[in-house]
Amino acid sequence: MMVSFFDQFASPSYLGIPLIAIAIALPWVLYPTPPARWINNRLITIQGWFINRFTNQLMLPLKVGGHKWALLLASLMIFLITINMLGLLPYTFTPTTQLSLNMGFAVPLWLATVIIGMRNQPTVALGHLLPEGTPIPLIPVLIIIETISLFIRPLALGVRLTANLTAGHLLIQLIATAVFVLLPMMPTVAILTAAVLFLLTLLEVAVAMIQAYVFVLLLSLYLQENV
Amino acid sequence: MTYKFLIPIIVVPVVQRKLGDVRLNELCVWLGQGLFLKNHNTWYYRKYIDVRRGGIGRISMLLTGYCVLCYIWNYPHLKKERWRKYH
Repeated sequence: MMVSFFDQFASPSYLGIPLIAIAIALPWVLYPTPPARWINNRLITIQGWFINRFTNQLMLPLKVGGHKWALLLASLMIFLITINMLGLLPYTFTPTTQLSLNMGFAVPLWLATVIIGMRNQPTVALGHLLPEGTPIPLIPVLIIIETISLFIRPLALGVRLTANLTAGHLLIQLIATAVFVLLPMMPTVAILTAAVLFLLTLLEVAVAMIQAYVFVLLLSLYLQENV
Repeated sequence: MTYKFLIPIIVVPVVQRKLGDVRLNELCVWLGQGLFLKNHNTWYYRKYIDVRRGGIGRISMLLTGYCVLCYIWNYPHLKKERWRKYH
């Protein structure tokens, strides 16, 4: 029992076929493509409305050059939300608990924002390394600190998503195990723990959505600085 | 005074009926001639007008099937987490 708590995060494969391929492809199946009709059915209208609202709100602080990223950020958001929410179903595998996947999202996108900034407006991009109004003796130290913070960004993006989801799943498993163990011995305590488990599951649903949103929001923030 | 016995019975030709409405002794006739009488105008109707309405049953079946598939996929590992080897 002690050894197996982290085994839920091992990438499962059956007869040599990895499950992660299906788990990543599943969000594509769940969102129907709008057909070429003037007025669609309710489901597709709601889906389109949600995507439009989200993209609109995300593109508000960005200048026109950043609007090229609308498709990428909106689809990334939907992808992450769906994967996180599907991972809450029993026995499913969540690909975003794998650090490799999250770093695979974070590093290229962050690097793209930095390179765009350096190519188009290098002075402004380098100027972000020094906040306005700093006292003169602090300038060298602050530049070093800001450079380190710049390079830590992709790491933070990836690890934040991984750690939040992994911790949530682990907590759910631990508390569920506790409920199972306590049920024959102390039923009252088991019921209280089950209430905690219920609240935790609600929290996990919220965390799943929030973490995806935070990921995309921070990317748009980095883009805003550099475009 | 009722005229129920005077109501005409509309007889649809065998070949145009659906399989559920065909009687057993008419099955051969239906099979033989029904295969050659394809109505090409119905594809538009079926694709754009006669569409099935989606519901919650479809996606819940999909998600349940996904959970079952994941369970089967993970079973060799889950087998080790039993408390008793023989139930």
